[in-house]
Amino acid sequence: MGKMPLWADAILVPLISLLLAAFFSALVILGIGESPVEAFTLMVDGALKRSAGWGYTLYYTTNFIFTGLAVAVAFHARLFNIGGEGQAMIGGVGVALVCLYIPWPHWSLAIVGASIAAALFGAAWAFIPAYLQAKRGSHIVITTIMFNYIAFSVLGYLLVEVLRPTGQMDPASASFPEATHLPNFHEMFAPEGSRMFRGAPANVTFFLSLLACVFVWVLIWKTRLGYDIRSFGFSETAAKYAGISPVRITVIAMLISGALAGMMSVNTTLGESERLILNSTEGAGFVGIAVALMGRNHPIGILMAALLFGFLAQGGAELALWTDIPRELIVVIQALVILFTGALDNMVRMPLEKLFLTLGRKENA
Amino acid sequence: MAAPATPAPLALELRGISKAFGPVQANKDISISVRPGTIHGIIGENGAGKSTLMSILYGFYKADSGEIYIRGQKTSIPDSQAAIAAGIGMVFQHFKLVENFTVLENIILGAEDGALLRPSLAKARKELKQLATEYELNVDPDAMIEDLSVGHQQRVEILKALYRQAEILILDEPTGVLTPSEADQLFRILDRLRTEGKTIILITHKLREIMEYTDTVSVMRRGQMTATVKTAETTPEGLAELMVGRKVLLRVDKKPAQPGAEILKIQNLRVIDESGVERVKGIDLTVRAGEIVGIAGVAGNGQSELLEVLGGFQDATGSVQVNGQELPLTGAGSDGQARRAAGIAHVPEDRQKEGLIMEFAAWENSVFGYHHEPEYQNGILMDNKGILTKAADQMERFDVRPPHPHLAAKNFSGGNQQKIVVAREIERNPDVLLIGQPTRGVDIGAIEFIHQQIMNLRDQGKAILLVSVELEEVLSLADRVAVMFDGQIMGERQASETDEKELGLMMAGVSGAQKEAI
Repeated sequence: MGKMPLWADAILVPLISLLLAAFFSALVILGIGESPVEAFTLMVDGALKRSAGWGYTLYYTTNFIFTGLAVAVAFHARLFNIGGEGQAMIGGVGVALVCLYIPWPHWSLAIVGASIAAALFGAAWAFIPAYLQAKRGSHIVITTIMFNYIAFSVLGYLLVEVLRPTGQMDPASASFPEATHLPNFHEMFAPEGSRMFRGAPANVTFFLSLLACVFVWVLIWKTRLGYDIRSFGFSETAAKYAGISPVRITVIAMLISGALAGMMSVNTTLGESERLILNSTEGAGFVGIAVALMGRNHPIGILMAALLFGFLAQGGAELALWTDIPRELIVVIQALVILFTGALDNMVRMPLEKLFLTLGRKENA
Repeated sequence: MAAPATPAPLALELRGISKAFGPVQANKDISISVRPGTIHGIIGENGAGKSTLMSILYGFYKADSGEIYIRGQKTSIPDSQAAIAAGIGMVFQHFKLVENFTVLENIILGAEDGALLRPSLAKARKELKQLATEYELNVDPDAMIEDLSVGHQQRVEILKALYRQAEILILDEPTGVLTPSEADQLFRILDRLRTEGKTIILITHKLREIMEYTDTVSVMRRGQMTATVKTAETTPEGLAELMVGRKVLLRVDKKPAQPGAEILKIQNLRVIDESGVERVKGIDLTVRAGEIVGIAGVAGNGQSELLEVLGGFQDATGSVQVNGQELPLTGAGSDGQARRAAGIAHVPEDRQKEGLIMEFAAWENSVFGYHHEPEYQNGILMDNKGILTKAADQMERFDVRPPHPHLAAKNFSGGNQQKIVVAREIERNPDVLLIGQPTRGVDIGAIEFIHQQIMNLRDQGKAILLVSVELEEVLSLADRVAVMFDGQIMGERQASETDEKELGLMMAGVSGAQKEAI
């Protein structure tokens, strides 16, 4: 069988899909009476031109990398983890507890402790749906969605009744001690007196998310466990033949998935808000599904897709700030991106494959 | 060849059909002519281009060049609707039936007359009755597909084609899933269809079927039509040579067995499946070193469950011993990895669903099931480089074609997929080899090779348990044959002292003892 070259498969197809998505987004913007060119310029200016814009874009990217990886790991075991949102919320509780109650001497230790706590809490939240799926066959899509709502309620209860300092009005925990403050990009990269990255929330957790990409890549393609997970994902009957326990893999894959989703809260709760607040996840758990879909469940793809969605998130915020285009429109654009890169992928891929086939044949002839 | 005075035009004529997939020339300048009222066989190894040719005829692919004539009319077939309109019916190897629809509903599916089903169903019921009497194609129109035997499901496929007024019926490997008696019934039906003037194209790799039932036969090799001959004027050996391109040994070269100690000992084995049905009802069986024990039987009589228990993915009660060691049959220590540790290797019945991960590359599949062994680890990582090197070497030695370890399993032909599985299991040097349907969907050249490998393993003193629905295969490979019927063993025979007839009776549930009484 003739095949497309790798570069076409990995870059050309998503690029064309993106252009299509951009085209239809432009139509929508035209439809509500705004100029697409202006809107696009504004998004690029706001998200990519200035360093502060980048500081926001990369902050969102960090979130999406974690949640995208979470969805991808589960998906390699053919489990659809829609519970990233809830797992990230509960991960945040873990972060808050270790930061509030353990006196960390230095941020470098705090981030380790917070990561472990976030991973453990996120994994624990994923464990129940995983166990129910593995042992009782309760569908993981349903249970993880339900657990998002439960997580939201648990978080609300904890913030209002338990973690809220007396006398404070908003549902949030106390601020974390100064020693746990993570260096942000401004502190890390800006030369003395420079305004580079000033005020932007991107912080050292971004590098943690890159490490997570490497971790997932090694785990899935280089280890026994990854082999087990992929085998089980491709064929449960074959996995049984090989002596791979479906129960074990279902639970383990979901634990890792939940841990990764939970670790997103290191970025939001420890890195940005520096206290536990009610809606720090901002739907990143759901965007992770789109990121994993577009990134084809591969860490490199996820990194690139997360950058794109980070750009959309920040650019969308800019749009809402400076134009009459409502912020919701960004959701429309995101949906179009997902539609074209994910669901309608074959619409672009198949004609391209044909094109390459005929080109290849002409060369051979 | 055709006499110019022939009054009836050819039922089907293909002229110069070519089709390429990228650099692969799947069909190259193929011409066939088929007379009406005949059975025309098309034989060739897997990957020879038979299916591509039939897919072109049925409108799934468009030929790059060439012409199709049906009843003398030049016809273009852009899609399957056009093929049906041209009177072509296709019975696929894997049936395209809706499991939880009735026979009648399946037959009208896609051929409903209007938005309301009732008139179509009534019309179909009437026509079905007529077809049933005309061609002896009896099927209960109200039966659910999932409740029908495979043989009957196939009849539904044939009825579907006839209901759509097919004059030319293409059958792709129709006996691959049938028992010997079901296959006989199928050929009786085909014979009847032929007498009624229908034209039948039979795609198969089984020489016996070609020799017994076809009028003419075309041989394909590597995308080309190497010969078209009258069946009466050829021999199996001649056809095999045309197919493979070299002389082929059709019989297994079998030295007398020298059975040694009891290696695998099964006592009172019982299996109850998830729905509470007892599938295996107390089996006793022993396999000695240096011996092949064949299990014959119609599919679904407990053989699969027996293999699954021994392979470690089905719970059971009773006792199984390997080298005197009792194996746990449920819970911890009863999974596939524990079985492999106990010295059991297993070539499963269904290589695509069990034996291989189709999306994995060949090298990844070369350790599937053994991937936890320390020799494949490199610290906390897997020794992917080492596995790759070994896999490349193994593929070379087992003649897997193409010998590319990076190719995904799904891109190999059935025979080569099976070689990957057989190589993996045999190379572990197991004490016991379980092997289910070793040559299902495997071409002649590969069958010869796989049979030889099994024989070699036997001669090295290994205990081999063979399950196959191909009676011929069981008889030619096994030293001892046990027949399973309804979860029980009806009797055991020395392969040299029995024949297809006696085994066929036992497979139908007539026990050895009963037969002796008669």
